[in-house]
Amino acid sequence: MTVRRQRHLSIQVENLGKLYRIGQGAQASYQTLRDQISRFAAQPLRWLRFFRSQDAIRRDEETFQIWALRGVSFEVHQGEVVGIIGRNGAGKSTLLKILTRITVPTEGRVDLWGRVGSLLEVGTGFHKELTGRENVYLNGAILGMKKTEIDQKFDEIVAFSEVERFIDTPVKYYSSGMAMRLAFAVAAHLDPEILLVDEVLAVGDAAFQKKCLDKMEEVGRAGRTILFVSHHMPSIVRLCERAVWLQDGQIYREGPAHQIVSEYLTESLGTTPSREWPDFYSAPGDEVVRLLAIRIRNDRGEVTDTFDIREPVGIEMEYLVLEGGYPLHAGFSLHNDEGQWLFASLDTDAEWDGKPRQPGRYRSLAWIPGNFLAEGTMMVGPSIRTEDPEILHLYEPDAVAFQVTERPGLGPSSRMGFVGHFPGIIRPFLQWETKLVDPSPWNGRSGLQMGILR
Amino acid sequence: MKISPMQVPSVVSALEQGEITHVHIEPYQGRVPLNLKEFWRYRELLYFLVWRDIKVRYKQTLLGATWAIIQPFFTMVVFSIFFGRMAQMASNGYPYPIFSYTALLPWTYFSGALSLAANSLVGSGGLITKVYFPRLIVPVSSVLSGLVDFAFAFLVLIGMMIFYGYAPTIYIILLPLFLLLALTTALGVGLWLSALNVKYRDVRYLIPFLTQFWLFATPVVYPSSLLSEPWRTIYGLNPMVGVVEGFRWALLGDKPPELMILASVIVSIILLVSGVIYFRHTEDTFADLI
Repeated sequence: MTVRRQRHLSIQVENLGKLYRIGQGAQASYQTLRDQISRFAAQPLRWLRFFRSQDAIRRDEETFQIWALRGVSFEVHQGEVVGIIGRNGAGKSTLLKILTRITVPTEGRVDLWGRVGSLLEVGTGFHKELTGRENVYLNGAILGMKKTEIDQKFDEIVAFSEVERFIDTPVKYYSSGMAMRLAFAVAAHLDPEILLVDEVLAVGDAAFQKKCLDKMEEVGRAGRTILFVSHHMPSIVRLCERAVWLQDGQIYREGPAHQIVSEYLTESLGTTPSREWPDFYSAPGDEVVRLLAIRIRNDRGEVTDTFDIREPVGIEMEYLVLEGGYPLHAGFSLHNDEGQWLFASLDTDAEWDGKPRQPGRYRSLAWIPGNFLAEGTMMVGPSIRTEDPEILHLYEPDAVAFQVTERPGLGPSSRMGFVGHFPGIIRPFLQWETKLVDPSPWNGRSGLQMGILR
Repeated sequence: MKISPMQVPSVVSALEQGEITHVHIEPYQGRVPLNLKEFWRYRELLYFLVWRDIKVRYKQTLLGATWAIIQPFFTMVVFSIFFGRMAQMASNGYPYPIFSYTALLPWTYFSGALSLAANSLVGSGGLITKVYFPRLIVPVSSVLSGLVDFAFAFLVLIGMMIFYGYAPTIYIILLPLFLLLALTTALGVGLWLSALNVKYRDVRYLIPFLTQFWLFATPVVYPSSLLSEPWRTIYGLNPMVGVVEGFRWALLGDKPPELMILASVIVSIILLVSGVIYFRHTEDTFADLI
């Protein structure tokens, strides 16, 4: 029985921990011989330990130790798609690095049943002097494919990458998008039983992204196990059944993806319906414009993250135009917590439309009408773009989020008293017109009244 | 995403047939296994990396393979002028150019392979931090890819032997063994240095000195016959002495290397084995340090 259960496990992680030692200086991950020699000179006894290596733990009393991961245990069954979420530095990447065997854990154990492929490594080992064809073989070998296997899949890989015409051209003449597509195509055809994905979805244009998602779903349907690390909550909810929330190197919560994501958003994003970048050097944007703040306000002007479905939602963006002459449009995208893109909007203010902006600080406010969105978590991704020539100055997906709920007793809403699951990704309060056209359509023949019903 | 068992033919059948590979990851307790089996499983990657190195090396250079000849050939010319002509260095009765070239041939391979191997890990940082494979493949591929240059340079030797009218001795069949000795020495030292280089970047600056001193510690510009026994055998503790003497013996019919080759082989094997062990011990930290 245990054997059988074990066989259908795909990933088993037990009490996993990874300790990183960080040198006293800010970086200094490698040392110079001089440091080492001075240390040896000070404590000659350590020479004896030198050849036993790995005694670094005791040697580095004076260095920082950071547990990037500690006491992490979880199991993933074959065919499951599990999302890993958490803030930067929560240990997500360390976990994937251990699972892909790039780095070795300090404690604990991992068992993997099946070939592991990861999209961490997209484009690894690509050499720009080599042709596309040569790189497919090289990259395939690096990812662990046999030559015969690459021979078999070669045409499929090339077709998927859409670079057929340039396959015998050195990769240095490719655009970065083409190189990326070819790299992804190789990785996507590795056919691993366990696929580890780390935010590659940011790669390529929208059409190609869709292809990648489709490929991932296809992989998932073929019974593959997928571990999906992303900051893009909508994708997590859309693709994963289960999610693991890492925080400070430990599992903070684990459960159904939509539930965990919703809790994650409420705790980490939802509590801050506004984000500000006080230091514009590090603010999102380019040399033309920087985003200073995005806030969500209600119609009383308060910054809040909870709205009644009937309330209008104000999206306020503050940005700094550093270089004049660009006819900018502020805008935002709105996603729901299932990852569906509800709509995008661009600044429609006629006063500024098509006019080059002068440098300065701007504030744009857009109103999403009340009685328009459905209930749920909404994620706002501010962007600023120029249409001609087309430049995307910045886009911060899911920068802020807010919750739409429906509280009873606040007047009419689209539900009209219906309390069950109300489908639909938006819920506009439509204008209905209902008239009594003819109060007596049966023309006085009262017998007909009952006859129609029977 | 809902997945019903009906839709999972390939993996399920693989599971049932027990074809699924099982990987167990745990920190080593005590001894680190050498894992040569794993290395063998990745032999195709080794092939592709060697193939890449060779291809890239000749692709963007104007002179391509000519570079493989230029370096030993012009070193030979310079040595012939300064050591052969001006310093009147002894050459066991052979014309100085061919005397020095027979030594420069394995030497150029050795020093090139050594410095390529020593810098190989740091140079492949992008690979090491992103993909798992036995790291041993990286320095091994550097040492192997240098053999192509050796082959080109060997063509020049054939030309010179015809020019000076020397026929190789029957012992030329042993030449691959002497080349192998140069290879294992380069790999042994290269493994030590490449692993140390990850941790201490000083190694990069050490390599040019090392190869320069080593050149003069090896009978390239002078004959080892300047020494008598037992010093000759002790001299053989430098494995490149065995290689160079072996080359001269097999190609020109010079004095056989006798006992000194034994010393060279033993030292070379010690270097290789200790190099592999040290490399394996530090291998796990490469990705964190690079």
